[in-house]
Formats: sequence, C-alpha cells, structure tokens
Amino acid sequence: MATITYREALNQALSEEIERDQNVILLGEEVAQFKGSYKVSEGMLERYGPNKIIDTPISEAAFSGLAVGAAMMGMRPVVEFMFWSFCYVAFDQIFNNAASVRYMSGGLINVPIVFRGPANGGTNVGATHSHTPENFIANTPGLKVICPATPADAKGMLKSAIRDNDPVCVMENTILYNMQDEVPEDNEFLIPLGKANVLREGTDISIIAHGKAVHTSLEAASALEEKHNINAEVVDLRSIRPLDVDTILQTVKKTNRVLLVEENKPFCGVGAQISYLIQEQAFDYLDAPIKRLSAVDAPQAYSKALENAQIPDKNRVIASALSIL
Amino acid sequence: MEGLYHDATIEESNVKKQKNIDPNQSTTKSVDSGPSKIKFSEAECNLNLSASTKIDLLTQMIRIRRFEERSLRAYQQGHIGGFLHLYIGQEAVAVGSVSAMGEDDHIITAYRDHGHALAVGMDMDECMAELFGKRTGCSKGKGGSMHFFAPDKNFWGGHGIVGGQTPLGLGMAFALKHAGKKGACLCYMGDGATNQGPFYESLNLASLWDLPVIYIIENNGYSMGTAESRHSAGEPLARRGDAFDIDWSVSEGHNIYEVRSTIAKALENAHLNCRPSVLEINTYRYRGHSVADPDQTYRSKEEIEEYKKNKDPISIFKDQLLEEGLLTDDQFTEIDSQAKDEAEASAEFALASPFPEPAELMDDIYWETDYPDETTSKGTMFFEYPVTKS
Repeated sequence: MATITYREALNQALSEEIERDQNVILLGEEVAQFKGSYKVSEGMLERYGPNKIIDTPISEAAFSGLAVGAAMMGMRPVVEFMFWSFCYVAFDQIFNNAASVRYMSGGLINVPIVFRGPANGGTNVGATHSHTPENFIANTPGLKVICPATPADAKGMLKSAIRDNDPVCVMENTILYNMQDEVPEDNEFLIPLGKANVLREGTDISIIAHGKAVHTSLEAASALEEKHNINAEVVDLRSIRPLDVDTILQTVKKTNRVLLVEENKPFCGVGAQISYLIQEQAFDYLDAPIKRLSAVDAPQAYSKALENAQIPDKNRVIASALSIL
Repeated sequence: MEGLYHDATIEESNVKKQKNIDPNQSTTKSVDSGPSKIKFSEAECNLNLSASTKIDLLTQMIRIRRFEERSLRAYQQGHIGGFLHLYIGQEAVAVGSVSAMGEDDHIITAYRDHGHALAVGMDMDECMAELFGKRTGCSKGKGGSMHFFAPDKNFWGGHGIVGGQTPLGLGMAFALKHAGKKGACLCYMGDGATNQGPFYESLNLASLWDLPVIYIIENNGYSMGTAESRHSAGEPLARRGDAFDIDWSVSEGHNIYEVRSTIAKALENAHLNCRPSVLEINTYRYRGHSVADPDQTYRSKEEIEEYKKNKDPISIFKDQLLEEGLLTDDQFTEIDSQAKDEAEASAEFALASPFPEPAELMDDIYWETDYPDETTSKGTMFFEYPVTKS
C-alpha cells in the first residue's frame, strides 16, 4: 500500500477506470491541457489522449447535458465541475434529465454518469464558490451522492461510482486534496456506496459526520478524551444517498447520545434527515436530545474571520458534545 | 458565412415567412407554389421513392392525426391527465424527417412528441396507454404525454423542459462519433426553445467539436402563446447558427418532399463531414400549445382556418399523390378509415389496460434496486415507503 494524496487517489481511480472500460471519459473545464484546476487529472491527457480527457468551454449546461446524452447511449462519462457551485447553471441537466430519465422511460434508459468536483467552504472564496449541495442532491430520487473524506475512500468510492449504472454525484473538498494516507494499489479496490465507516470506536457519544467535518470530529474526539475523559465514537457517513441507516442506528444504540456534524447549511440539511431517522427508529435509546452542528446559516462569507466562525471547528464540536453529556 | 443550403428557393421562403397573419389581409404564402413543389419532388432523395413508400408516408401522417384527435377526445372525457400537446398540423415534419434517417441515426425531441413517436414506429397502443397512465404504456405510465421513449427505435424522448433536450442531442451525436458510427442525431425543438441558453452552448460545442447533430427548429410561430415577433429578435431563427459557423436553412414544413430534401442534405453533411446543422422548418399547429390552452388570446380563428385550408400537410401530400397518379380518393378514404379504427382500438386498449399498482412507484428509479441480485451498493436508498411492495 502506498501513501498518496487524496488528489492522487482520485487520479488513480479515474486512470484505472479509463483503462478498464473504453466507455469512460473525463470531461470538464481545464481537465486536459491545464491538468485540472486542482491538478486531479495531472498526466492523464498525456496518457489517454484528447478523446478521453476532454477540455470543455465554460458551458456547464451544455457539457453536463452532453454527458447525460452520451450516458443514455451507453457511455460512462465523468464530468468534472471546477466547483460544485457551478452545477447550478447545469441544474436542469442534472435534476430533470440525469435524475429522471430512467424513471420517465419506465426503466428503458440508464444514465451511468458521474458528476464530481469540490464542494466546500473554508477557502475564502465567497458565497458563489462555496456551496455544499449534497443535501438537495440527496433530496432527488434517481441521484446518488457521496462524500469521500479520505484518500482511500476517494479512490475506492470514485471507482464504484464510475461502475454504477445510475448517476452518482461525488463531493470532494479542495482542502482535502493534499491530505495523504495509505491507499491500496489494487485495480479492484472498490468501496461500496452506502457503507459508513466507524473511524473511532467509543462508548459515551456518537459523532456522525461527512466530508471534512469527519476530520474536525476526529480531532475533537481526541481532545474530548484527553481533556474531558470522554470516549467519543466517530462515524464517517461516506455516502449520503444511499445512507447506511444500520450503522447509524447501531452507534446510537451503543452510546445513547448523538452529535451530528456537517459543513452543510442547517435548514433541511443532511443532519435533519438523520436526526429524524434516529428519533423514529431509536428514540428509546436516546439519553439526550440529538444535537446538530452545521455551518452557520448565512451565505458563505469571504473574510477569514467570518468564515472561520461559520464552519464547525474543533472547539465548537467539543462544546456541542459537552452540551449533551 | 453563407449557409450551405442557402439557395434561392430558401431565400424566397425567408422573405415570405409570415407567422402573424392579419386575418383582414391575406399574407399567407400560397400553397400552390408549383415550381418549388416539383423541385422537391424531384430532389434526389424523393425521386426514387417507390409508390408504396409514398403511400406509407401519407399513411403515417394520417395515423398521427387520427391518433391525436382520438387522444383529444379521451382527454375531454377525462381519461388523460396533465398536459396534452398536440402535433396536429405539423405531421410532415416528423414523418418526413424520420423517413430520411439511416440505421445509425437517432432522434430526440421536446414535449410535443406523439408524432415523432409514431413516426419511428412506436405503436398506437403503447402510446395511448401511456397517455391514459396505464401500465401497458411505453413508460409504464410514469412519463405521460411529454415523455415517450423507444431507445430500441433510436428514439430518446420526449423531454418536458423547453430546450433541455438540446444538450442531450449533442451528447448523442458525441457518443455516435466517439463510437465511430456514421450516424447523426436529429434534435427537434420549437421556436420558443431557441431562446434558451443551453441551446447556444450546445451550438458552440457542436461546431467546435464537429459533432453530427442536426437541430430542427419546428417553427410553428408561437412559443406557447407568444408569437415569434414578440419572443425573438432577428429573423430567421436558424440564422443564429451562423454565429457558430454552422450551416443553416429555412424551409417549409407543409410539404413532406421539402422536409425530406432538407433533412437528407443535413444528414449527408453530418455523415460525411461530421458537421452540425440548424434547420428551421416552418410549420403550424392547429391546436393550442396544450389542450388546456384557450387558444383565442393570441391568434385568430381565421389564421388557423387559413392554414388548414392552404397549408395542411396531409391535404398537400394527398393532392400531390393524386396528381402523381399513385393514389385514388377511394384509397385515401380507406387509409383514413383504417387510421381511425386503429386509433379507436388503441383507446379501447388503453381503457381496458390496468393502472400500475401503487407499489410500482418505487420501480425504475435506480438500476440496482430493480436488479437487487446484481447490486453493489449497501445502505438505504429510499426514505419513505408509501406502500409496501408485494
């Protein structure tokens, strides 16, 4: 097993799948000559040529729709959004077309497509470049949405997404692109979508998170143990839809206290659905109200001082945990 | 840049292009434009058509009309819900263009899709049953009027959002080229769709990447209830392709020979040169935007009557075939009568068909929930079950 970055893990996943299946292509803004805005596709144009690694104009609606049309015909396009915030100008293609064609055709047509790119705040780029749309993607039957938080997950889950016969939206994170960890080199290293990962075993409280909030939660869990002698369990959801309801319920039944952490906005956010699931299916196991910690409910702020206050950090995770212990 | 098919005949039709007919002043172009009719009937693609193929073209147009008239009655009887966008008056465009397609050519259209569906060979039963919301419908009752599909017949829908199919058609052309097929995608749209942004993004990519997509603007003069003069700056609409160095033309959609000739040239350009086209085909719908459309607020009865009288595609082609000595009045009556019977039978089939069971709501959403033995995902896919599956 080699230690590589999250970015390199994505590159490996894309490269292996392009080599494996001639129907797989990568298209998006600056993915080829420029080597990717975040260098995810570095070296791929040289290896696979311009018929597989395709630079597009800044036309998200057209190239997303083009990819959906090609997927309907049997190709497996991977569409890179420079930021998921830019998917909003391609909304119709993702939500009306990719998500609905299978259903509206009574199952006659599949749309095996991947939309991927970073969806995160925390980089001081303001409201238009910091959206985290996993909650409303998950609100659309027909779409899947995953949020890999580690290099290994980035590789194993992106490969599964490319092989999936339905549209999968992959939420990455520019802050995680440089994160290093061990990643299997195996071409068949596949992580099934919809399987959460218990990253830290604990007994006193369950912290359930996705995306970069997973790492914030792990840091907070260490501090809770060191400073407060509290043993927190940390669950990385990894996938929002499908959702690993079983693992969520197991951890709740084990620790009886739940803190939900996400960098998504709170209203109708991912945590809202999970908290409903827990109260419905594990109400009797709760020893305290479910606590949620999300991004502060304002458009994403530019100023570092404001944005740092907006996104859940270690101290706020600790404070939120302590409030229900 | 001069459009490739921008010949004198087309110039003439540009000049005479007139959609907003003042009932007091007859500006409708005469249907009996002798020379041009002869010209298109002698176009290469039409010259060698057999008598039976010509009769079949006429039959298909009549079948579409009778199917839609029957569906209108079913709508009025309460058997069909939602929207019903009728194609009556435009039949020559779908039938003519589809008849010019080769084996590897594909089509995609907007929500006024019944004509295209029947033209590609979908049968009336599955189409009528879909309108009735029945399980025997082409989309099992999940798509409705606007969402017919038959991928086995190279027909990719049936799309409800104006202009939303224009990037999809581009993608089909892309996939065909990527697979090395000598095929093209005919992507139909209305005049109203020419004002949607993704259309222009698609034109740019089509030309930039040499993709074999043919955008067919079925210009029926109205974007819902808004006349072309109130919705679009600059005429003709197809000229907008010029900005992207795409060959464009304007032609008349009332004469099926002209439609075939226009499409055949564009297909050749797509097959041989992998180049896109924008074809504006003037046509007219007799019914409202949808059946619920009051249809009296934005155009006059006289205008509609004028088109029915002088530009009806079925009447024009019928007269043409009578003149060519390939059809008799009795034969025409027989074809029409069979089409009516077929439409009536489809309505009976639809009525007798079962509705889908509520449990079927959860089918056809994700591939892997339909094929649980082959699923690779874990976890929960659905979060509310209104009904339990039996």
